[in-house]
Amino acid sequence: MKGNVWKFGNDIDTDAVIPGRYLTINTPKELAEHAFEGVRPEFAGEVNPGDIIIGGTNFGCGSSREHAPLALKGAQIKCIIAKSFARIFFRNSINIGLPLLECAETDRIREGDELDVDIASGIITNKTKNETYQATGLPDFLRGIVDAGGLIEFTRRQVSA
Amino acid sequence: MISKVFDNKIVIVIDMFNTYLKKMLTLFAFSKPTGKYTFLYVNKTINSNRRPELTPLATISEKIFSRASKSDARAGDFVIADVDCAMAHDGTSVLAVKAFREMEVQKVWDPARIVIPFDHIVPASTDVAANLQHDIRLWVQQQGIPNMYDVGEGICHQVLPEQGFALPGRLIVGADSHSCTYGAFGAFGTGVGATDMAEIFASGRLWFRVPQTMRITIEGKMAERVSAKDLTLHLIKHIGADGATYKAMEYYGTAIEEMSISGRMTLCNMAIEMGGKAGIVPPDEKTEVFLKGRAIDAYTPVYADEAADYIEEINLDIDGLAPQVAKPHSVDNVCDVDEVAGINVDQVFIGSCTNGRLEDLEAAARILKGKKVAVRTVVIPASRTVLLEAIERGYISSIIEAGATLGPPGCGPCLGAHLGVLAEREVCVSTSNRNFKGRMGRGGLLYLASPETAAASALKGEIADPRLV
Repeated sequence: MKGNVWKFGNDIDTDAVIPGRYLTINTPKELAEHAFEGVRPEFAGEVNPGDIIIGGTNFGCGSSREHAPLALKGAQIKCIIAKSFARIFFRNSINIGLPLLECAETDRIREGDELDVDIASGIITNKTKNETYQATGLPDFLRGIVDAGGLIEFTRRQVSA
Repeated sequence: MISKVFDNKIVIVIDMFNTYLKKMLTLFAFSKPTGKYTFLYVNKTINSNRRPELTPLATISEKIFSRASKSDARAGDFVIADVDCAMAHDGTSVLAVKAFREMEVQKVWDPARIVIPFDHIVPASTDVAANLQHDIRLWVQQQGIPNMYDVGEGICHQVLPEQGFALPGRLIVGADSHSCTYGAFGAFGTGVGATDMAEIFASGRLWFRVPQTMRITIEGKMAERVSAKDLTLHLIKHIGADGATYKAMEYYGTAIEEMSISGRMTLCNMAIEMGGKAGIVPPDEKTEVFLKGRAIDAYTPVYADEAADYIEEINLDIDGLAPQVAKPHSVDNVCDVDEVAGINVDQVFIGSCTNGRLEDLEAAARILKGKKVAVRTVVIPASRTVLLEAIERGYISSIIEAGATLGPPGCGPCLGAHLGVLAEREVCVSTSNRNFKGRMGRGGLLYLASPETAAASALKGEIADPRLV
């Protein structure tokens, strides 16, 4: 999968991803209209399907609101790559089928860079800078959930298999 | 044995080798009675080479997960655990119930173990919120869930302890990140999102990675008008906003022993602000006294073994600690109050699951009594019980006579939805737990502090040291 980079720093909290006043919205598409509203007002209007979010450490800290990864899924973000993720955000993203990759080298990636990401192998190719980075792939168990589109669909498939 | 366990179930073998121990194989089974998914995970940890020498040496978290997963659970293990109590509030139950419905499960696993408090946007602020809350009320009724705490009863993390759900040794999972508050009673309390909560609603179970534990010892005595919030912010400064990510914390030391239940709740509440999965105070006499007459059933306190395996030990001495303030926009951006004293304030908020308890209102009332606030001050008790007692003791009169405004029990403006949202560039001293950019309104600047510091700042109209007013 290919996409352009939206670059963020450390400790990006879920209030930044989707402010608390939008907790009454519950569809990914509508949530996406307010994603990063307070910190990157241009995000919702300019994000393209397949774009990639790059973060530093502790991405997704704060509230347990699943609205946060849902908003990014609604924006059709292909994956989030960060040095580390906050625990609840990590679980929530996997559960709704939003791929996450941990990579120590996100400092080398710049806003707007075009990346080619292989979720299975964790290999990230920066086509703009002609570099590659190795991310830690998800354990098979978790990737199975992501590949199915989330925990609910994963379980449905397992049950009907 | 396996065929017995997995009778009539589809078994999926997942090779989820633990990266640390490479010893474990987890089996998942989903039962399918009446053609509907119940999402019943059946888990057995098969471990041919379990470390028998470690067996008696466990942390509180390892012991709670061992009981809940019926296995010898150690830090790093993936387990499927039985949840003792599940909580979702008006803010998160909407997505959790949506996911539950998508699972096509008809009935929740055990209505009596589910608690639904309404606290985030109460009373409803908009048509949309009102309709969502209406839908949840109907669902609660339809499912026969007896423990629904509607508008005005209070914040989930205050209501569960008050009503005796937060008990030593229990695994309590909430669809709210501050569910770590229950650690104040020796429970393993932790937060999850909506889909995980739906999974619990359906099966009563959830997968966990048993966390490693940090042992935190805090010695010393706090001065007058320095309180649990100051100690907590000081600790967060030391550990950092992600210093405890994926980990549990156990709290020890004389400062913790001397701390009230209310103070311990403040401390454990903010474990998540260090990334923590749980923050736990070992139960003692104070816990017993608090739980007497309110515990929903019998419980067994769980303690760590002395030689338990901790990933890190942290020792702090809080003798002479000054009031602490977390500056915008991160919770670990903490300084002594004198560094920020004098900054003009537009609003003061005293309340939230961190500092909306009787003891907090008492601290504020003592400072405000007979004086007038210089800025708009919003005070919101954490629960109806807290409000009634605060009225009884005269704290509410002192607070209102001083010019503050009282809101209905609930989360108030903490999450930025209503009841005191800030204008662009406005400064608020808040006793809540997060000062992220945009948390309490688009452009507000939040300084987190104790109820004492907040009250003193309200009087002066600027950030003020409560020891000097």
